Amino acid sequence: MKFTLSWLKDHLETSASLDEIVQGLIGVGLEVEDVDDKTKLLAPFKVAYVQEASKHPNADKLRLCKVETEQGVIQAVCGAPNARTGMKGIVALPGAYIPGTKITLEKGMIRGQESQGMLCSERELMISQEHDGIIEVAGDWPIGTPAVTALGLDDPMIYVKVTPNRPDALGVRGIARDLAAKGLGKLKPLDAKPVPGTFNSPVRVSLDFPGGDTKPCPLFVGRYFKGLKNGPSPEWLKRRLKAIGLRPISALVDITNYITFSYGRPLHVFDAAKVTGNIRARMAKEGEQIVALDGKTYQLTSEMTVIADDENAEAIAGIIGGEASSCSEATTEVFLEAAYFDSLRTAATGRKLGIASDARYRFERGVDPEFTQTGAEIATRLILELCGGEASHPVVAGAVPDTARSYMLRASRVKALGGADIPLAEQVGILTDLGFGVKETKDGLSCAVPSWRPDVHSETDLVEEVCRIYGLDNIPFAEMTRDHPIARPVLNPLQKRMIAARRILASRGMNEAVTWSFIPEAQARLFGGGQPELKLANPISSELTDMRPSLLPNLIAAAGRNMARGFADLALSEVGHAYAGDRPQDETLRAVGIRRGQAVARNWQGGARAVDALDAKADALAVLEAAGAPVATMQIVAGAPAWYHPGRSGTIQMGPQNRLAHFGEIHPRVLAAMDVKGPVVGFEVVLNAVPASKSKSATRAALNASDLMPVSRDFAFVVNDDVEAEKLVKAAKSADRALIADVAVFDLFKLEGTTKSLAIEVTLQPRDKTLTDEEIEAVSAKIVGAVQKATGGSLRS
Amino acid sequence: MSLQALEQDVLGQVEAAADEAALESVRVAALGKKGSVSERMKGLGAMDPEQRKEAGAALNLLKDKVADAIAHRKAALQEAALEARLASEKIDVTLPARPEPRGTIHPVSQVWEEVVQIFGDLGFAVAEGPHIEDDFHNFTALNIPPEHPARQEHDTFYFNEKPDGSRMLLRTHTSPVQIRTMLTAKPPIRIIAPGRTYRCDSDMTHTPMFNQIEGLAIDETTHLGHLKWVLAEFCKAFFEVDDVKMRFRASHFPFTEPSMEVDINCSWEGGQVKIGQGSSWLEILGSGMVHPNVMKAGGIDPEKYQGFAFGMGLDRLAMLKYGIPDLRAFFEADLRWLRHYGFKALQVPTLPGGLS
Repeated sequence: MKFTLSWLKDHLETSASLDEIVQGLIGVGLEVEDVDDKTKLLAPFKVAYVQEASKHPNADKLRLCKVETEQGVIQAVCGAPNARTGMKGIVALPGAYIPGTKITLEKGMIRGQESQGMLCSERELMISQEHDGIIEVAGDWPIGTPAVTALGLDDPMIYVKVTPNRPDALGVRGIARDLAAKGLGKLKPLDAKPVPGTFNSPVRVSLDFPGGDTKPCPLFVGRYFKGLKNGPSPEWLKRRLKAIGLRPISALVDITNYITFSYGRPLHVFDAAKVTGNIRARMAKEGEQIVALDGKTYQLTSEMTVIADDENAEAIAGIIGGEASSCSEATTEVFLEAAYFDSLRTAATGRKLGIASDARYRFERGVDPEFTQTGAEIATRLILELCGGEASHPVVAGAVPDTARSYMLRASRVKALGGADIPLAEQVGILTDLGFGVKETKDGLSCAVPSWRPDVHSETDLVEEVCRIYGLDNIPFAEMTRDHPIARPVLNPLQKRMIAARRILASRGMNEAVTWSFIPEAQARLFGGGQPELKLANPISSELTDMRPSLLPNLIAAAGRNMARGFADLALSEVGHAYAGDRPQDETLRAVGIRRGQAVARNWQGGARAVDALDAKADALAVLEAAGAPVATMQIVAGAPAWYHPGRSGTIQMGPQNRLAHFGEIHPRVLAAMDVKGPVVGFEVVLNAVPASKSKSATRAALNASDLMPVSRDFAFVVNDDVEAEKLVKAAKSADRALIADVAVFDLFKLEGTTKSLAIEVTLQPRDKTLTDEEIEAVSAKIVGAVQKATGGSLRS
Repeated sequence: MSLQALEQDVLGQVEAAADEAALESVRVAALGKKGSVSERMKGLGAMDPEQRKEAGAALNLLKDKVADAIAHRKAALQEAALEARLASEKIDVTLPARPEPRGTIHPVSQVWEEVVQIFGDLGFAVAEGPHIEDDFHNFTALNIPPEHPARQEHDTFYFNEKPDGSRMLLRTHTSPVQIRTMLTAKPPIRIIAPGRTYRCDSDMTHTPMFNQIEGLAIDETTHLGHLKWVLAEFCKAFFEVDDVKMRFRASHFPFTEPSMEVDINCSWEGGQVKIGQGSSWLEILGSGMVHPNVMKAGGIDPEKYQGFAFGMGLDRLAMLKYGIPDLRAFFEADLRWLRHYGFKALQVPTLPGGLS
């Protein structure tokens, strides 16, 4: 919503400065987006008189002008074809900053002639794009008059962002009302004396709706004008419209626009000569067409309201007029429409047709129904004033819809919700200034809501009105109480796991990323997703169509992008959600990482080592341990989902029904499909699946450390290739659970045929006495026996 | 050879020993079983008691002297050998250590923890809700009925319609967590809800996914003054400044009433924003008293209870505090960006230790 300061002052009697008004607007919730005050920018530019313009001696296209300025006569070289003797223009003297060229003017020599100033074009003053000639000042302005005054630019433009609940502020008068309530002046009385008609309108109006349900248009006020002349608007009207970015068209059109912006009341004028028969509001026929004022043809549906004559739809109600009955210079008879249209239907129609107009903008937010006739009267007076002619008696169909309602504002409520002690009299004053009908009762203030405030529906709305005008900046700060002198923990186990997972991965050298929750469908399918319920109906691009079933694809894609920038060795992680379905329980928090390239980069002490699946396993185990998973009882089994390498991947689980994590090499086919050069290893831990810690106490079990030296013994076994190391280690451990403290695999190599050698180091921890050789021999035999039994292998000789 | 001459001879040999091996030979030659000193010891048995006493004492003295001299010489030789070894063991300390990758924490994660530290201290728990929401939680319960113009302003991502005509959507704000919290918890309620939000909008300053943080406090007395205080304290703590000027502007949101937007003062120098100084205003959040209709949708009696809610951009907070210029880069996983703007693994924000 744009308006100018003088326009505001038509409605507000005030001595407040522009800045005070701007601060007031911001305070009451009319956010000021921009103030265009040309008086400062154009201060150096003044009216000057061209005493003589002659040809430049050395250039055909330049002129030498003797210019009378308030600082005396100067010589200016000018290239404009319209520079001529006896004209008045706008001059800039050396030192002036020219906004259009962003240059500070200096004296100069142009083709051997001194130029002591510049006659300016509109573009140089940033008034318009006009640069074919210099500005010609019309009117009898004395030399030295500020350019802004002579050009009518001394009226600052204010642009406020109006929130959707405030249709009343889409008219200058509504804004003036807020400022008056704020104490920045007095709202001037509304000048809307009815203009008597001199004849009966030959056009009648009706509301033609099925079953007489006039909700789409409960009220239609019309007026017929004859003998008028539709020429250009007077200068003052053109200036105001131009100042807010509207193009003046003709007096009739400009008047409707002017009233739209002055009072938030859209109107329409039909060229009565082009209208057949009578005017009615009715539903459009399905498929009915109309060529609108924007020159486009619209296909209407039976959900839309139109204004029609006996034959055709002539306007889309509350949105845009039709071209067929539009006014032109030749128009001498018009029919004025001031109607009230249903906001929801107007919004739906505008949205469906894709038309954004000043009328739609207001009707869909809700115009003041009571103002329908008033608006018509103000328009009538302006039309007669600017175009002459005669006006008919008004013709009216329907009635003003009843929006009357009152709410009680209890004396305690402003204090209780707003936290400010605002005296009752001040509350009454604010509400009265805003147009509420306030009555003091024993229960509080009974407030009748004005017809222009469709947003007020409760006592809380009244509290809001009082607070926003009182000023939220004036509400005192109030300290919140603490429930506990020292803060208690606030994070739940999953949140703690999330933090732990992030930090453990960063400490392991991974760079944490945050990536889109949606991915291309092809990638979703590669990772087990692509279900119809996870597909966006209106994706922003074909790359962001499906909710991710896993966090791996984004990291793999990111690896590809980073490789293209020269980072071949990388480790990326993300802790975030994946989506298995569209129910809340289908969203799980995952900690995911990938590694690619060298785990240890090439260095002077040794060669590089490429990452492998067990690096990913180490990452997954580190996350699980940090997340508090029972690491000792987890099982690690071969195999993982299809996007992993079938032979180089594994699953970490608490039994087959509770899988905590997968890890391994990413399947080469998946990498090929994503055009990322592998191998890439990765893991994905489902943090939701980690069981909650069973221990409720912070107390640790007592330390049971032995002072006796541990003993270690090595065993090498020959086992079949398919025997898993974990099985052998577990068998060895089971040989004597009390004595065996640790079993570690320290060697593995392939033997001939289908066997391999797997060597373990067993650590024995004596508890109460040093072990004898016989005891060690006995345990060793048990270990060999247990391993043989479990794996079918034998001790390598 | 007189005892004196023997002594001189042996001590001379000790002193002349060039290394530990030579010294050992000297020791064996003197004190070994058949050594020169030991041989003389054997001669003591043939002497008479008087003679033996005198000669024995002298021999023992000699033996001790020799042993001492050998020990001394041995220590000197060892010391010299160590010196010689150390002198040959010099390395180039400017050679690089073994390479270890440096991990980083994403700025959004870091700021998540910072914000939790601050609000946690005031007793705000962290609540969460699903990203794939239904119409009720994202709109209707938040006082945004189907025809409300705010629905169009939200640029919502929708999923396809289900057979029953309903369709799920991606939450456009973290406010649905207010409703989910109210429906499951009894007042007093104090929560923040940081998390991902989505709007189909993409340009210089908008991304289709971004992070918000919601706040909600409901009890019987909390009012606008408390909201102002909490926001002011938060801004000071988060931006780590002693004072920040704030401007509270009336505004409109369907789910709060009264509603207010909050600006903080800042300066822009060389494209970098500094909070708490300068005369520019920067809008950082929207807030207000929870609308009675929202309370009712959450199953809470608005006649008995009241409270405030606020929402701000988590990414935006990170950008402002750490001078990160471009929102879009947050989600591009560019290693150069992650390493430059990321935080160290052990750089855990705490109130006592500081948040940055």
